[in-house]
Amino acid sequence: MRNLLGEFIVELRAAGLPVSMSEHVDAARALTAIDISDREMVKACLAATLVKNGDHMPVFSTAFDVYFSNRHASGADLGEMDEESSNADETKGDDPNATGMRGSGRSRGMGGGGGSSMSAEELAEMLFKAMQSNDLNSMRSGAREAVDRYAGMEPGRPVGGTYYLYRTLRNLDLDSLMDRLIAAGTKADADGLEERLVKDEAKAKVEALKAAIEAEIRERLVDDRGAEALGKSVRKPLPEDIDVMHANRDEMAQLERALKPLSRKLATRLARRRRKRRRGPIDLRSTVRRSLSTGGVPIDLRFKPPHPAKPEIVVIADISGSVASFARFTLHMVHAISSQFSKVRSFVFVDGLDEVTHLFEESDDPAEAVARINSEADVIAFDGHSDYGRALLVFHEKYASTINKRTAVLILGDARNNYHQAHAEVLADLKFRARNVYWLNPEPTSYWNSGDSVIREYAPYCDKVVECRSLRQLEAFVGDLA
Amino acid sequence: MSSIDPRQELADRLGLAEVPPARFENVAEVIEKLRQNDYLSDEAIASVTFLADRLAKPVLVEGPAGTGKTALAKAVADAVGARLIRLQCYEGLDESKALYEWNYRKQLLRIQAGRSESSTEDWSALEEDIFAEEFLLTRPLLEAISATEPVVLLIDEIDRVELETEALLLEILSEYQVSIPELGTVKAKQIPMVFLTSNNTRELSEALKRRCLYLYVGYPDVERERDIIISRVPGISTALAEQIARVVRSLRNLDLKKAPSVSETLDWARTLVLLGREEIGEADAVATLHILLKYQTDLEKATKELVGRGKALA
Repeated sequence: MRNLLGEFIVELRAAGLPVSMSEHVDAARALTAIDISDREMVKACLAATLVKNGDHMPVFSTAFDVYFSNRHASGADLGEMDEESSNADETKGDDPNATGMRGSGRSRGMGGGGGSSMSAEELAEMLFKAMQSNDLNSMRSGAREAVDRYAGMEPGRPVGGTYYLYRTLRNLDLDSLMDRLIAAGTKADADGLEERLVKDEAKAKVEALKAAIEAEIRERLVDDRGAEALGKSVRKPLPEDIDVMHANRDEMAQLERALKPLSRKLATRLARRRRKRRRGPIDLRSTVRRSLSTGGVPIDLRFKPPHPAKPEIVVIADISGSVASFARFTLHMVHAISSQFSKVRSFVFVDGLDEVTHLFEESDDPAEAVARINSEADVIAFDGHSDYGRALLVFHEKYASTINKRTAVLILGDARNNYHQAHAEVLADLKFRARNVYWLNPEPTSYWNSGDSVIREYAPYCDKVVECRSLRQLEAFVGDLA
Repeated sequence: MSSIDPRQELADRLGLAEVPPARFENVAEVIEKLRQNDYLSDEAIASVTFLADRLAKPVLVEGPAGTGKTALAKAVADAVGARLIRLQCYEGLDESKALYEWNYRKQLLRIQAGRSESSTEDWSALEEDIFAEEFLLTRPLLEAISATEPVVLLIDEIDRVELETEALLLEILSEYQVSIPELGTVKAKQIPMVFLTSNNTRELSEALKRRCLYLYVGYPDVERERDIIISRVPGISTALAEQIARVVRSLRNLDLKKAPSVSETLDWARTLVLLGREEIGEADAVATLHILLKYQTDLEKATKELVGRGKALA
């Protein structure tokens, strides 16, 4: 067990969780206090001692399933396996009409037998019944059966679990299963609200089934390849480490979710820092009032709140295809902490340039405003390929007079100019007018200046060119800015 | 594995005459005792509470507002028959409000009184005198440490204090003691259970997190929420509770600014019971949704999503 724990912690650290030495010790101690044959208890115990951030739970769960899989040969789990196989033996002796036994409470063992005695219809029927009555055990064995039938898993084949998951789900036809669940749950006189509730419930059940299938596939993969190898292949980055440019849809959703709390935390931190940073002049009235309780001796000096100058921000963002999501996140974050700046103006461009500040002013939710940019901003002048030179020219012509020594200019983009003219001299003039010019580039540093990237031409006129690929880097930069 | 009992070890360090008995035998007992105090826990909550007792470690409870983090500490205090000492955190909380403070008014009085009595009084004797426990104002943390009876210490909304203030807590959380320069170290006379809650408005320091067990309390699933409603709202029917729980789940799945919390769900359930409803129709839902949702945009969205389709059909 101790070795297993050690390996598990190595995996957690590799996935980015900061597990300290003393937490390792705590986990080991905690395990001595509990009944380690109870898998859920072990999980709760390790989660409490090793994970100290709610956002890290999904990563922990995945790793836990791999290292403490039901079939893993740790002494703790053997008991459960024995029970399972004896169950399966019992089942084999029974009437093979499997679906009929759902209610009997012995259905757990069914899938363990391994033989796919059920027809596709029977399997669908069984899953339907299990989901309708919320019978977790039947659902799990149904998932096992489904994986047996459809996943076509081959030992040693180096494909990820998602491939098998996709194959299984494609054959199961979850849509019609969901429709059946909805139809069965809806009463004849149901109103809109009731209909909606039934639909949401069906959706939740289908999600649960998917999760069960995924867990089943993962368990089998662990059997096949061992925990260490699989851990590496299913390892997912923490939300704040996801590469914004190459996020898939799931990861994008995670990023969206992580963005709001992250911006809120950043705003709180900055507001506190600003309040604490400097004290204003002495508040004589309050000091004298305070001194009364110490016999007129001013022991406690009171200060007026400070009014430090806040910077103005101008954001100029490329919103063409590849870097669009990066621009969205940055705009969202900058506007979410706009109270930290005296003014924020935002411009977006592809080969034309448009101001979008009003979108953010009209809505109190930055996410909403960002969503409107795509449909409402007028950014395409010619062919819809980014043209940094032209965008800068237009910006300079229309808005250069608004840039002054209190303004920080933020340019977002990969500087892939599609072989247009760079017009770096425009940036030079902006740099002369502004307090700072920063360039945030969502590409890895090693890609800069390759192909049509012309960041080298702009770099001399920027105070800083920053690689900004993940929310973590973005947050750090924006935090320093305010 | 060699089994050093953490409670034994801590008791030795604190110099306690005997090891205080563990409060819970097993996880099932935690669940049962909390249930008797109207707190429905789940596996994770109960396990962490059990571990906190066994390992004599504080618990950091995080999660959205209104999911029963503070209530957990209260329920545990009731369940084990301990006094609850609560430290409400806020920005600007300092040592003198959290730990202890010298009562300098009283000290001044003592000095002045001494001056008039006999001018020959030895200064060092006086100094020793005015830095005695008599002149110490105990604040919640010191109170929890120096209490002789069993206590549960609740440090509420720890994320509201500044990062530097967190450091005040570290000694208590890991050693169960407070060092007062003039007096020496005050060690705990029992092993208090400590709960810290956080709404996660900022990242807590690594040092603090490392000293605690971590518990994330999210929104409950439909079944648990239904049971919570039944146990907390007298006179509600199971069917209505179930329907309420399902509506709330659907609401939480929408992308709202502020999802309804468990405490708001309970308010809503109470309202519906007061109105004498046995089931929720669309009209009732629309009329009372403002109890669950506190933003106008959320209300509009929820109304449109949940009942909009029905209207379109009608």
